Amino acid sequence: MTGYLLRRVLGALVVLLALSVLVYALFYLAPGDPARLACGPRCNPEQIAQVRDQLGLNDPVHVQYAHFLQSLVAGHDYSTGTGVQHCAAPCLGRSYQNDLPVTDLIVQRLPATVSLALGAMVLWLLLGVGAGLLSALRRGGITERLVTWLVLAGAATPVFITGLMLLMVFCAQLEWLPFPSYVPLTEDPEQWAWNLLLPWLALALLESAKYARLTRSSVLEALAEDHIRTFRAYGVSERSLVLRHALRAALPPVIALTAVDLGTMLGGAMLTETLFGLPGIGQLIVQATRTVDLPVVVGVVLVTGAAVVLANILADVLHAVTDRRAALR
Amino acid sequence: MTTMTGPLVSVEGLTVDFPGRDGDVRDGAVRAVDGLSFTLAPGAALGIVGESGSGKSTAAYALLGLHRGTGAQVTGTVRVAGHDVQAADDATLRKLRGGTAAMVFQDPLSSLDPYQAIGDQIAEVHRLHRPGTTRRAARARAVAALDRVGIPDAARRARSRPHEFSGGMRQRALIAMAVACEPQLLVADEPTTALDVTVQDRILALLRELREETGMGLVLVTHDLGVAAGSVDELLVMKDGRAVERGPLRPLLHAPRAPYTRELLAAVPRVEERRTPPAPAATAPEVLLEATGLHRTFGRGRHAVTAVDDVSLTVRAGETVGIVGESGSGKTTLGRMLVRLLDPGAGELRYRGQDIGRLRGRDLRAVRGDLQMVFQDPASSLNPRRSIGESVADPLRAAGRLTENRIIGRAKELLERVGLDPDAYHRYPHEFSGGQRQRVGIARALAPEPRIVVCDEPVSALDVTTQAQVVALLAELQRDLGLALVFIAHDLAVVRQVSDRLVVMRHGRVVEEGPADEVYDHPRDPYTRGLLAAVPALPPAPAGPADPGLAGPAGAAVRRNAVA
Repeated sequence: MTGYLLRRVLGALVVLLALSVLVYALFYLAPGDPARLACGPRCNPEQIAQVRDQLGLNDPVHVQYAHFLQSLVAGHDYSTGTGVQHCAAPCLGRSYQNDLPVTDLIVQRLPATVSLALGAMVLWLLLGVGAGLLSALRRGGITERLVTWLVLAGAATPVFITGLMLLMVFCAQLEWLPFPSYVPLTEDPEQWAWNLLLPWLALALLESAKYARLTRSSVLEALAEDHIRTFRAYGVSERSLVLRHALRAALPPVIALTAVDLGTMLGGAMLTETLFGLPGIGQLIVQATRTVDLPVVVGVVLVTGAAVVLANILADVLHAVTDRRAALR
Repeated sequence: MTTMTGPLVSVEGLTVDFPGRDGDVRDGAVRAVDGLSFTLAPGAALGIVGESGSGKSTAAYALLGLHRGTGAQVTGTVRVAGHDVQAADDATLRKLRGGTAAMVFQDPLSSLDPYQAIGDQIAEVHRLHRPGTTRRAARARAVAALDRVGIPDAARRARSRPHEFSGGMRQRALIAMAVACEPQLLVADEPTTALDVTVQDRILALLRELREETGMGLVLVTHDLGVAAGSVDELLVMKDGRAVERGPLRPLLHAPRAPYTRELLAAVPRVEERRTPPAPAATAPEVLLEATGLHRTFGRGRHAVTAVDDVSLTVRAGETVGIVGESGSGKTTLGRMLVRLLDPGAGELRYRGQDIGRLRGRDLRAVRGDLQMVFQDPASSLNPRRSIGESVADPLRAAGRLTENRIIGRAKELLERVGLDPDAYHRYPHEFSGGQRQRVGIARALAPEPRIVVCDEPVSALDVTTQAQVVALLAELQRDLGLALVFIAHDLAVVRQVSDRLVVMRHGRVVEEGPADEVYDHPRDPYTRGLLAAVPALPPAPAGPADPGLAGPAGAAVRRNAVA
C-alpha cells in the first residue's frame, strides 16, 4: 500500500512538471509582448525595455523557465527600479494589472471556491447516488421513471437558469433565504452554510444527473455478477444485496468521476460564482483572461492542475481502500 | 427444523421457458426444462448429468426458486422439505435458501464478493438464518466452518479477501458457507469444473465426508460422468430439457438403457485407453521445432513469477506432443512462446534449424504462417463482429499472396475441410455452437498452411461428445496434412487419446517426459502418479464403439450429427 501510494505521488509530480512546462509556454504563445502588457498601455519604448529586463525576458527560454521553477520553490526577489520586493516561497509572479503577488490573489480566492466545490460535491453525491440507487432498486417502476426525468431536467437546464429560478423562488418569493453573499467559514459557520446553500444546490442539480446514471448502471451491472447470485441463493434480501454488496462494487467509477469533477470545480465554477457573486477562483480567471494578465492565468491553471491531480490521487487511494486488489495492480 | 415424512425434494412436471428478446415468445424463446419430474429421499444423493444446454443447471436453480424475478416462466411443482417453492412468499423463500437448501456454484472465483473478507461473508449468511446470533458468535461460526472444510489457519484466513485464496480454497469457502447454515439439502452446480484434477479429487472427498457427517441430501449437477460416479447413488441423465434415463448409479453405468446414455458414456475419454492406431515411426521424421532452456518471468522485483523455467522440447514433423499439468504450471506460457506469441525470456528456439527466438518484424512474420495456434475459448477467440468466413480469410489476406476471389474460395474450402457448411461463410460466431466455433478456430489456424499447430486446451470448454468430435477432427487433419501438433490440456484422458509423446509440467518445469503410453502406464515421477490417481474413474465402457474419439465409424456418425 505504501509503495502504491509512493508511485502515485511520484507520477503526480511528473504530471505537474509537464503541466508547468506547457503552461509556461503560454507566455510565448499568447499574443502580445509580455513586457508591454506588464508595463501598461502608456509606456514608452525605454520603459518597456526596462520592464523586459526586470522580468528577465532577455534571458534564454530555458533559463526563464528555471527561474520560474526556482521562484515557485524558493521565492523570488524583484527589483522594481527603486527598491527590492520579496515574493515568498510558492511565488507565481506578480499580476500585470495591480502588481500584487499571484499567490496572494489565489489564496484570497481559494476559500470561496473550495467551500463551493466541496459543499456541492456532498450534495451531488447524496442526490446523484441516492437517485441512482433508488432507480436501480425500483427498476421498471414509476419511481425509476420519475427519478430519471427529474435528474435529466436538472442536467438539461443551464446553471444560470436553475440558479436564477432558485434565487427567485427561495429569496425573492418565499423569502426563506437571504440573497447569497459570501461569509467566510471562519467568521460565521452558520451564515456560511445558509449563504452557500443555493449555489451548492444549483451546482449539485446540474451534476447529479451524471452520478444518478452512473450509479444506476454500475449497480445494475454489479447485480448481474455471480457473487450477487450466491448471496441471493443464500436468502439475502434484495435491499441488502444492493446496499451491502452491489453498491460497494459500483463505487469505484463514482469515486473516479467525483475526483475529475471536484478537481475541475476547484479551478473555479465561473458561471455559478458570477451568478451568486462569490469571490472565487472562477471570477479571478475570468478577469485575468479578459485583461491578458498572464501571470495570473498561468498561476490559476497550475493551481487547477494541481487540484485535479491531487483529487485523482485521493480517488486512487480511496479505490485501493475499497478494493484491496487495486493496490496490487 | 421441519419434520418430514415425505421426500426431501419432489419435482413434478417442471417446465422452464426463457422468453426471447423483449419477452417475445417467437424471438429466440427457449424451453430449457421440459416436464421434468424426480424425487430425492432425505440424505440421498442424486447426480444430474447431461451436456451444456440440457437444462440441468436450470433445473437445479428451480430447486431454490432462483428463476423468480428473472423473466423465466416456471410451471409444475417443486417441493423442498415440504415447502412449495413456486407458491412460497418472498420471506419463506429467503428462509429456505441457505437455511434448508444451500447452493454451491461452479466458478468459485466470481461466486464470492471480492470486496469483503471471506469470514464476514459466511457470517452474514449465518446470521441471516440464525436470527439473534451476535456478530462475534457468527464470526466464530464462520471460522469453525472454514476450519471444518479444511482451510488451514482458519481464524487468520477468515479475514482474507477471495483474491487471496486459490481456486480450491475458494470452493472450500463456498462449501463452508453452505455448511455454516446446516442445510438439509446441498445443491452443487458443477462444483469442480473450474478446478484441477487433484483439487477436484479433494473437494469431492470433502463433500462425501460432510454428507456422512451431517446426513444432508445432495443434488450434484455435472457434465462429467466420472465426477458423478464417485459421489452419488442415483443418476438422472438429461437431454434437451427432458430426463432421458434415471436409476441407481451402478446399474445405469453398466447397462444403460437409453441410446443417448450409451453415446454419452462412450464419448467419455478414459485415461486407461491407449491411443489407436499407434503412430507409425518408420524413419525418424525431421525435427521441426527445438526449444532449449526456455525461460519466462512475469512481473519484476518481489512480484516476479517464473512461469516457465528451463524447459526444453522438440517437436518432429507429423507427431503430437501432449503437454499436461495443473493450472499455473506454465503450459500455456510455454505454448505461446513456441509460436512466438510471447517472447522467450531466455533460451533458444529453433524452427527447422533457424533461430526464431529473437526474430523481429518482417523476418518473424515470414515464419508466423508455419506456426499457428488454436485457443481454448472458441467464444472469445473469434471476433464477434466478423463473420466466421472473414475470420478464416484474415490470415490469408495478411499473407497477401492471393487475390480476393481466391481468398474467399480458399476460406470456404477450409470451412468445408473442418466439417462446416461453406455457405456459412457470412454467418457470425454467436450463431454457432461451441464445437462448431472451435472448428472455425481450427480452420483459421489452418489457413496459412502451417507445419505446426499449438492447441491450447482446445476441447476443455466443450462437452464430452463434442470433445470427441473435435479431437477426431484434429487427428484426421494431422494424418491428411502431416501436421505436427502440440496439444496442451489439463485433462489427462484427452491428452492420452491424441499424443505420441507426453510432457508433464509442474511449477514451470518439466517433471516427466516420454512416449505417452509409457508415461501413463509406468509413471516415474510421484507428481505424475498423483495426477493419474486423481482422475475420476468410470467403470469400463459399455458394449459399443471401443474408440469413439478417433476416426471410427461411430465417431464419424456422431460427427455428422453435430454438423447437420
